[in-house]
Amino acid sequence: MSELLRVEDLRVTFDIPRRGALPFAEPLHLRAVGGVDFTLNAGETLGIVGESGCGKSTLARALIRMVPGEGRVVWMGGDDLLAVSRRKMLSYRSEIQMIFQDPLAALNPRMTVGQIIAEPLRTHRPDLSSTEVKTRVKEMMDRVSLLPNQINRYPHEFSGGQCQRIGIARALIVEPKLIICDEPVSALDVSIQAQVINLLMRLQKELGLALIFIAHDLSVVRHISDRVMVLYLGRIMEIAEKHDLYANARHPYTQALMSAVPVPDPDIERTKDVIVLSGELPSPLDPPSGCVFRTRCPRAQALCAERDPVLEEKPSGRPGQRIACHFADET
Amino acid sequence: MLVEQQKMESLAGRLVEEEVKGRSPWADARRRFVRNKAAMFGLVILVFVGAFALFGPYIAAWSIDELDFMVLGQVAELGGPSIETGHYFGTDDLGRDLFARVVQGTQISLMVGLVGAAIAVIVGTLWGAIAGYVGGATDNVMMRTVDILMAIPYMFVLILLLVMFGRSIAMLFFGIGLLSWLDMSRIVRGQTLSLKNMEYIEAARATGVSGFRIILRHIVPNLLGIVAVYATLLVPLMILTESFISFLGLGVQEPLTSWGALISEGAGTMQYGTLWQLLFPLFFFVITLFGFFFVGDGLRDALDPKDR
Amino acid sequence: MPLLEIDDLSVSFDTPDGTVSAVRGVSMALEAGKTLAIVGESGSGKSQTAFAALGLLAKNGRATGSVRFEGEEILNAPLKALNKIRAEKIAMVFQDPMTSLNPYMRVSDQMSEVLMHHKGMGKKEAVAEAVRMLDAVHIPSARERIRLYPHEFSGGMRQRVMIAMALLCRPRLLIADEPTTALDVTVQAQIMSLFSELQSEFGMALLLITHDLGVVAGSCEDVVVMYGGRIMEKAPVDPLFADPVHPYTLGLLRAIPRVDKGSEELLTIPGAPPNMTNPPPGCPFRPRCAWGGDDCDAVVPPLDSVGPNRSRACIRPVETIREGIPADYEEALP
Repeated sequence: MSELLRVEDLRVTFDIPRRGALPFAEPLHLRAVGGVDFTLNAGETLGIVGESGCGKSTLARALIRMVPGEGRVVWMGGDDLLAVSRRKMLSYRSEIQMIFQDPLAALNPRMTVGQIIAEPLRTHRPDLSSTEVKTRVKEMMDRVSLLPNQINRYPHEFSGGQCQRIGIARALIVEPKLIICDEPVSALDVSIQAQVINLLMRLQKELGLALIFIAHDLSVVRHISDRVMVLYLGRIMEIAEKHDLYANARHPYTQALMSAVPVPDPDIERTKDVIVLSGELPSPLDPPSGCVFRTRCPRAQALCAERDPVLEEKPSGRPGQRIACHFADET
Repeated sequence: MLVEQQKMESLAGRLVEEEVKGRSPWADARRRFVRNKAAMFGLVILVFVGAFALFGPYIAAWSIDELDFMVLGQVAELGGPSIETGHYFGTDDLGRDLFARVVQGTQISLMVGLVGAAIAVIVGTLWGAIAGYVGGATDNVMMRTVDILMAIPYMFVLILLLVMFGRSIAMLFFGIGLLSWLDMSRIVRGQTLSLKNMEYIEAARATGVSGFRIILRHIVPNLLGIVAVYATLLVPLMILTESFISFLGLGVQEPLTSWGALISEGAGTMQYGTLWQLLFPLFFFVITLFGFFFVGDGLRDALDPKDR
Repeated sequence: MPLLEIDDLSVSFDTPDGTVSAVRGVSMALEAGKTLAIVGESGSGKSQTAFAALGLLAKNGRATGSVRFEGEEILNAPLKALNKIRAEKIAMVFQDPMTSLNPYMRVSDQMSEVLMHHKGMGKKEAVAEAVRMLDAVHIPSARERIRLYPHEFSGGMRQRVMIAMALLCRPRLLIADEPTTALDVTVQAQIMSLFSELQSEFGMALLLITHDLGVVAGSCEDVVVMYGGRIMEKAPVDPLFADPVHPYTLGLLRAIPRVDKGSEELLTIPGAPPNMTNPPPGCPFRPRCAWGGDDCDAVVPPLDSVGPNRSRACIRPVETIREGIPADYEEALP
């Protein structure tokens, strides 16, 4: 498989002005994403999970320069997306598209569905005639199971699931290679969620798309992903092939996260052990020294406060499974 | 093979199927507005006042500057409203036809209001939308400019301008236009800041739509609702400002007139028993303000996104 | 006698677009100390059922039928009586804790006010009791933190504060409307275990309103599945998950991905929930049902008993449903 995206040491820092300080005072630095490395192959789905505030949305936005990041994001073994000129970046924007969480809020209420879906096409393919654009829009609507004759309707006339299909059609119309899905199903009802997940998986197969799938729901991520990355406070805790991660989670945070997901089976629910995390998410303005998870980790020892664990393969892990924990091999 | 063909045919069929017409948010708002009785009443008033300003000159029996020597000197006795003499609204103190003068006052006052609001809408919306969308230092410079302009006691400046450069309609428009957009730009900037964080703006940015197009296609259309509401409430405000200045005697110059000037004259002669000289201009002034406020309220209810 | 008994409850709202029948003839009962879950998607009427019972409907809403609490009719009861019951015997917890906490008041003042008003306690005593309650919901260093304002707590902690506040008067029934939907899974697990702990400690009944079948499986004894304002299936939790006998329940269970085992493809329920201004004439699930037929439009299926404490509203035989969903389900639908 060919490599689509290689991310090296990606960091995102936000400067936050101190409250009540003078305009030129040194601002506070909020490290939203710290030193993230991973690769993504063409046609592959990478799931990114973590709790709110873990930096998963920021990470995804940094890849396409929606928020300023440092490090390297190499696209198809060529350009570094963080270093290319704005003009060049514009052309890459058609290769990477995005789908958003709130299906209705992601659509301009004053535009018709046809105008919304056509917008990326009009931006990147000004050479197309309007009849051509319209034909393509209608074909795309059919593809995501929307009735093409609804092209002149407005977003508020559609249900949540249909709005998400419109969002998907908009992302696909410029034939991208990668789609970043930011919690695309968490605002949808259960029965609609399955429709959208299946649609995404079908389209991915048909078009050979790569997906970065951000979610807080580990069950959904398990279903759709090939590989899964677990984030905590802007750092990767663990990254592995789906089957390896779900069957053999090594990082204490991953284990806690998985044990907390409710399973729709009363027998399992009643007997399983939930690993309860004590304390709260530390402030990213003042992260713990060493391992960021140590303040809530059941396995934390003195070493954790001193040294930041390296994200690497461990003897107890499977090949390709990388874990950032000093004590991943214990228990 | 056959299945494939059928699939293609059904696809082709679906693609040419007649398109369903959408129900735009504007159409929804229009429907709500039409259902609102007070707003429709206000609209009827405004149409009436507008028709009065437009067609009044054709109905008037006298021109604006003609003096009726028959009533001169006995205005209180002979100058009252009457169909016979052709002075439908009576005459003013100099024997000029009040009907013709009220028509003209209405024209001038409405024009001041509409031009003032139009400047506010165009300049204020663009200024506020750009400041809000671009943000950062640009926003700071643009909004501090507004702050500085707002800090100037504008009535004082306006009066100074009129005194220094002479009283003319152009100067009045210029003075009012200079100030009317300030509030509008603040309101629009605030709205833009909240719109900027909407996911559809993010979607447009992510796909590479240029900033200018985002402002024109995504931000401005979504601002129009609040701008329309504010503009309808701004028109009476402009009319009030102009009337106030004219009442002070600094507004439009004779023989031109406006509601403010007419009311001022009428108030001055009240004690001589020529009450109509006050009441007719006052009547049009008051119903117009009412009309605009009703319509503004109706628009706000109709465009309020909370309802949806 | 059940603690809470809802009988043939209907709720409708007058809107500019017509009358919305949000809840249509719903009956259920909850025994003291037990847990009942109402499961459904948005628009199923699950929240409105609870709101109507407590007299919390929006102004344009109307409720008919009967709701009895400890044998006493409380539906459409006078506000004064309702207020007393709401304060002392039934408490409610919402999805967004900020809706029931005053952002401009210290938590200590908000909590002690409730106790001073309803229990006639003195200020000191009331604050001490409030601290005890915050301890009970495991808020660390409650004595110091009670002085904070609501926004100074994190999401999970705020939810705990709200639960503590709901429990102040030791209610006999706690109604929790999507209490964990806005929270992360690890926090959700904590809150759910807190509920069961508090239930055994205070002996209160819990009416849990949720869309998450996983949460239901772990915490409830009985389940009511709602769709389109009607009850589809009513059952104890084990048989419901092991052997769903209503097409909607079955579809729902197959549509959710599971964290504990992989699945090749999710079964989808095609279509979208009905528009409640103009719901289908018979069974509301008929337009999306794998077994739907014209006979389903003719009558509203009654809730028939299909086992101990178990009933469902479907006219197809149980055996047909148990055979599983037909393979050509999606294509067969219009």
